[in-house]
Amino acid sequence: MSKTSRTAITMPAQAKKGSIIEIRAIAQHDMESGFRYTEGGKIIPRDIIRTFICTYNQVEVFKADFYPGIGANPLIIFTTIATETGVLEFKWSGDDGYEATNQARITVS
Amino acid sequence: MKKPLSFHFFSFVCLLLIAYQAVEVCAAPGSSKKQSSYELMTAENKAMQDDSTLNPAMFWVGDGETLWNAKPSSNKSSCASCHQDGKKTMRGVAAQFPKVVNGKLQTLEGQINQCREGRQDLPKLAYESKDLLALTTYIAIQSKGMPIAVKESPANREALQTGKKWFYERMGQLNLSCAQCHEERAGLKLGGSLIPEGHPNAYPIYRLEWQTLGSVQRRLRNCMSGVRAQQFEYGSPEMAQLELFLMWRARGMPLEAPGVRP
Repeated sequence: MSKTSRTAITMPAQAKKGSIIEIRAIAQHDMESGFRYTEGGKIIPRDIIRTFICTYNQVEVFKADFYPGIGANPLIIFTTIATETGVLEFKWSGDDGYEATNQARITVS
Repeated sequence: MKKPLSFHFFSFVCLLLIAYQAVEVCAAPGSSKKQSSYELMTAENKAMQDDSTLNPAMFWVGDGETLWNAKPSSNKSSCASCHQDGKKTMRGVAAQFPKVVNGKLQTLEGQINQCREGRQDLPKLAYESKDLLALTTYIAIQSKGMPIAVKESPANREALQTGKKWFYERMGQLNLSCAQCHEERAGLKLGGSLIPEGHPNAYPIYRLEWQTLGSVQRRLRNCMSGVRAQQFEYGSPEMAQLELFLMWRARGMPLEAPGVRP
């Protein structure tokens, strides 16, 4: 797995103040569990995403720990409350120095 | 008197219904309506394929687009140097492959490698490598929704006949042909899962079992190892012939690429 990868965020660009918004965050990652062997019998080292953090105008609103049992290209769907206009930042970090970030703007009226 | 008569009428209607359903089930694929294995999936998996924000194969489409436009080095050309904007020029292309190009039957992957070697002066990409899958997916998605347009022609007739032979020929220690499952027993169950008609109308697919994207050849090799047969090699003429026959057999079906399958 490379040091970073593609990610994609799906969420509304506009929302009413106080409404619940759904956010989908998907990251391209092999999520190598560390329990598999090569054809030659050598163990393939674990290489997974360890944490995912979402901040909303620098305030942490969602955090998830990932484990080897999670499949490749993990998708996380969660909700938050649209409180103010601003930027949501998403950060995935994992084994072997993996790090990926993405962000999305939201206008709250 | 009245009661038995209405009862007879009822059973007659039932019989008609049963007969009608039997005809529906027996209808061989190709003769009337072909069924995509999409129809056999759960609602969740269908949603995963249909919604591009859920479909993991979209990462390969993105990678493919980057590769398409990237110049390998200053003196070498990119795909876009000859074919310009892939979103326009590659529309409908995947629906025509495998196809005879300069006297040789080429699969889409084979044609990409032919371009790389012949035009770009680059080494061939390995089958199932990330880059080859990405380029194939990028080209395939441009034909999404278009009907498979593989036709019989004097140029491909011989290859099509050989492909047909592979489909109907028993192989492996289990001594099974493709047709015995995917034609004669399509719609019945193997283990817990329904047997699909075996139309290659969504490739490359993101297969949840694989945890990654794969080509139709990888899927065909799966079945071959399942019946304990010696697998056809990736990129071999046999593979291309079988792929050609399958695409011809699925002609008219809309392409779903990139599909999601369990």
